[in-house]
Amino acid sequence: MLNKYPMWKNLMVILIIAIGGFYAIPNLFGEDHAVQVVATRGAEVTASTQATVTDLLESKGIAVKRSELENGQLLVRVSNADQQLLAKEAIADGLGDKFTVALNLAPATPQWLEALGGSPMKLGLDLRGGVHFLMEVDMGEAIRKMEEAKIADFRSQLREEGIRYAGVRKTPRGIEVKFRDAETVAKAERFLKTRSNDMVYTDGSSGDDHVLVAQMSDVYLKQIKEEALQQNITTIRNRVNELGVAEPVVQRQGAERIIVELPGVQDTARAKEILGATASIEFRMVDDKADPAAAANGRVSAASEVYQRRGGGIAVLQKQVMLTGDHITGAQPTFDEYSRPQVAINLDAKGGSIFSNVTKDNIGKPMATLFIEYKDSGVRNPDGSVKMTKIEEVISVATIQARLGRNFVITGLEHKEAQSLALLLRAGALIAPVTIVEERTIGPSLGAENIENGMQAMIFGLAIVLVFMLIYYRAFGFIANLALLANLVMVVGVMSMIPGAVLTLPGIAGMVLTVGMAVDGNVLIYERIREELLAGRSVQQAIHEGYANAFSTIADANITTFMTALILFAVGTGAVKGFAVTLMIGIATSMFTAIVGTRSIVNALWGGKRLKTLSI
Amino acid sequence: MFQLFSVKNTINFLRHAAPISILSMVLVVASFGSLAIKGINWGLDFTGGTVVEVEFSKPVDLNELRGKLTSVETNGAVVQNFGSSRDILVRLPVVADVKSDVQASAVMAAAQSIDESVIQKRVEFVGPQVGKELSEQGGLAVIVALICILIYVSFRFEWRLAAGSVAALAHDVIVTLGIFSFFQLEFDLTVLAGLLTVVGYSLNDTIVVYDRIRENFLKIRKGTPEEVVNQSITQTMSRTVITTGTTLIVVAALFLKGGTMIHGFATALLCGIFVGTYSSIYVASYLAIKLGINREHMMPVEIEKEGADQPSMMP
Repeated sequence: MLNKYPMWKNLMVILIIAIGGFYAIPNLFGEDHAVQVVATRGAEVTASTQATVTDLLESKGIAVKRSELENGQLLVRVSNADQQLLAKEAIADGLGDKFTVALNLAPATPQWLEALGGSPMKLGLDLRGGVHFLMEVDMGEAIRKMEEAKIADFRSQLREEGIRYAGVRKTPRGIEVKFRDAETVAKAERFLKTRSNDMVYTDGSSGDDHVLVAQMSDVYLKQIKEEALQQNITTIRNRVNELGVAEPVVQRQGAERIIVELPGVQDTARAKEILGATASIEFRMVDDKADPAAAANGRVSAASEVYQRRGGGIAVLQKQVMLTGDHITGAQPTFDEYSRPQVAINLDAKGGSIFSNVTKDNIGKPMATLFIEYKDSGVRNPDGSVKMTKIEEVISVATIQARLGRNFVITGLEHKEAQSLALLLRAGALIAPVTIVEERTIGPSLGAENIENGMQAMIFGLAIVLVFMLIYYRAFGFIANLALLANLVMVVGVMSMIPGAVLTLPGIAGMVLTVGMAVDGNVLIYERIREELLAGRSVQQAIHEGYANAFSTIADANITTFMTALILFAVGTGAVKGFAVTLMIGIATSMFTAIVGTRSIVNALWGGKRLKTLSI
Repeated sequence: MFQLFSVKNTINFLRHAAPISILSMVLVVASFGSLAIKGINWGLDFTGGTVVEVEFSKPVDLNELRGKLTSVETNGAVVQNFGSSRDILVRLPVVADVKSDVQASAVMAAAQSIDESVIQKRVEFVGPQVGKELSEQGGLAVIVALICILIYVSFRFEWRLAAGSVAALAHDVIVTLGIFSFFQLEFDLTVLAGLLTVVGYSLNDTIVVYDRIRENFLKIRKGTPEEVVNQSITQTMSRTVITTGTTLIVVAALFLKGGTMIHGFATALLCGIFVGTYSSIYVASYLAIKLGINREHMMPVEIEKEGADQPSMMP
């Protein structure tokens, strides 16, 4: 029969709208004021911490709404902002400095809804306030580091194999290894190819110069960059956790950039200091054959370098790095028996075995700890990027007394330095320095204002459109209005369902626009029905033809708009992406509600009946 | 049943097409002229630099604040009201050898010397290289969008119509850019988003007309291409007026109530909706006719006429 949907189709429409509506529900509950407790310094948040916190708050007369222990962090909900502050102070005092206690807002979604996967839309920084950083990893430095490591490798490998070389150095062409004669060049090339096959070797000899040039292969370069980025992301994530920020975002963007978003943070200076600090340490042997007088003038052997010592003086260290900070798994500031500050270090298994080998071979010899830090010099390069200054200092020289294992201490630091070095080492060193290329701070009041403005615009626009449709299309207008509202609910529901989707201010604009454009589908259909009626068709024929004829138009129009939204999503950053997401979801849901949704209501009301006129 | 736009007879839209399309061309040329002479007032997202938004507790004289922003850090500062006389936006260009947070705190210091209880609402810093990438990406996005549409419309309709729609879209983008250039409105990321939405919206409009043109070519056996196009435009006019109207209402709501941060977006859309609606008739359809569109071109195209009641439509 004309204009009758089978039962399953009606059920499907109801089911889809119901699912969308269900997942939109969490947005109605708002947020609870909460306090978040995260462990630092090797501590752990456990059930006993939770019990302690509950007791602490009870003794202060603060009512706990709900307390959750998840992913090693504790979230305590209280009823209002005043209590939140009191609770934070009470917990911070009670737990001591092994924990970071931070203010937080937690979605007040009921537990049964949460268990079914319901959670509210995540708000972008422009709607709730906070800091956004876009950081760029200095790939040049990452590559330079690897080249230095390669130079050291070449030296030791060639020495082990007994191939005599005259020198290894970095040139614009690549790493150049000098030899006495052409035969050795060929021999070395064969040998090095088997040992370091991530390099590309060419014979760069000319005249009496017998030189083998090694360059990093493209694959290897790509790998270095990828690793540098990944490692920096991990490190920054660790540091953000140390800051105790609720729901931070740390994600990569493109080949060498990292986005960091810290909701609720207003103190950008502190955040920047922790995120951008690139401190690392290296352990190197002291070149004890060096002549102190010559070294003071900078004349040392090719395998050594002169460094400043903290507190004055110089030290001559071998270029070869025995161990880098990458292998450090733990670092705590402690005191020795004379109450002098020191940092106790734990190494990973690989670092431990390297270190124990090196120290075994060098008992009785002096070893130096070199502290390396990159600091924003405040000066910009001509291209606008921030110039970094590299500060290198020998912080301690100690004689190796015995074979050291995975745990040992670094001495020779001030109290404060020991603390900050421990923090930086614990959070991991940045493999290459990062610079902040974009920074946005949105105050919380502006965020609230943005939401309010956006909502007002939406309600205002929506109200006028609803009234107009009702007057102009009467019963059919009412159905279109239902579809429009269902559409909005579904957009919210889908936005809440997709884990990565974030609602931003342009996102609200996208929703507003969806309201305007979503009626287009129904207008097209209804105008078509009117035309058919005017052309003298029967009511049932007109409804059928109206929907059928408008379909291809609606599909074509929406597909093309969807394409532009997709392009926006692909090239856009943050805010524009947010807009594109809501627009895409809006197009998909509005096609569904405008075509299938309204049809099922129209069919149910008028389908198959003998009608003379239609309220349209 | 009452109708806003009730037409018994076909309106001869194309009768005035020639002079109006000349006007269009003049607009495009003028836009190019403005772009060449005045350029675009690129926002922070594209130029790089620092923006500080502050809220004073009472209305503040802009010149007073300007007078205080004369140090090296705040050289070249642009001071403007942002929404109300208490909200002020300060834009600072990238200054060599000066850090952005130094710039921001210099602005705050100047603001505090006028009003102790001033609130810093927003600070944004964008490096110039990021801005450069963005403008390249933005331009690329518009071009890619146009190419995708060209391919899709050629595939679904016919190349003459595709050429017409892309010409109309390029026209809309250029004229909207021209308006932004002429009035020196700030062009930021949200405006770019708005511009791409205009592309989508204007295309929407064009497709609706084209769809009817295709249908009418198949249905009406007699009549010149001009007559068919006129009739198609007339038939879709009612829908165009209503949809444009509802969209304009909500965009106007955004413009008036949405807050200053999406003002640019709403402005771009307001311009684009006007330009886009008119270009679907006088640029898109007219160009297709000039390119010689006729009945035979429509014949081989596969058309999905049914579908409203086909199971394949269900998601």
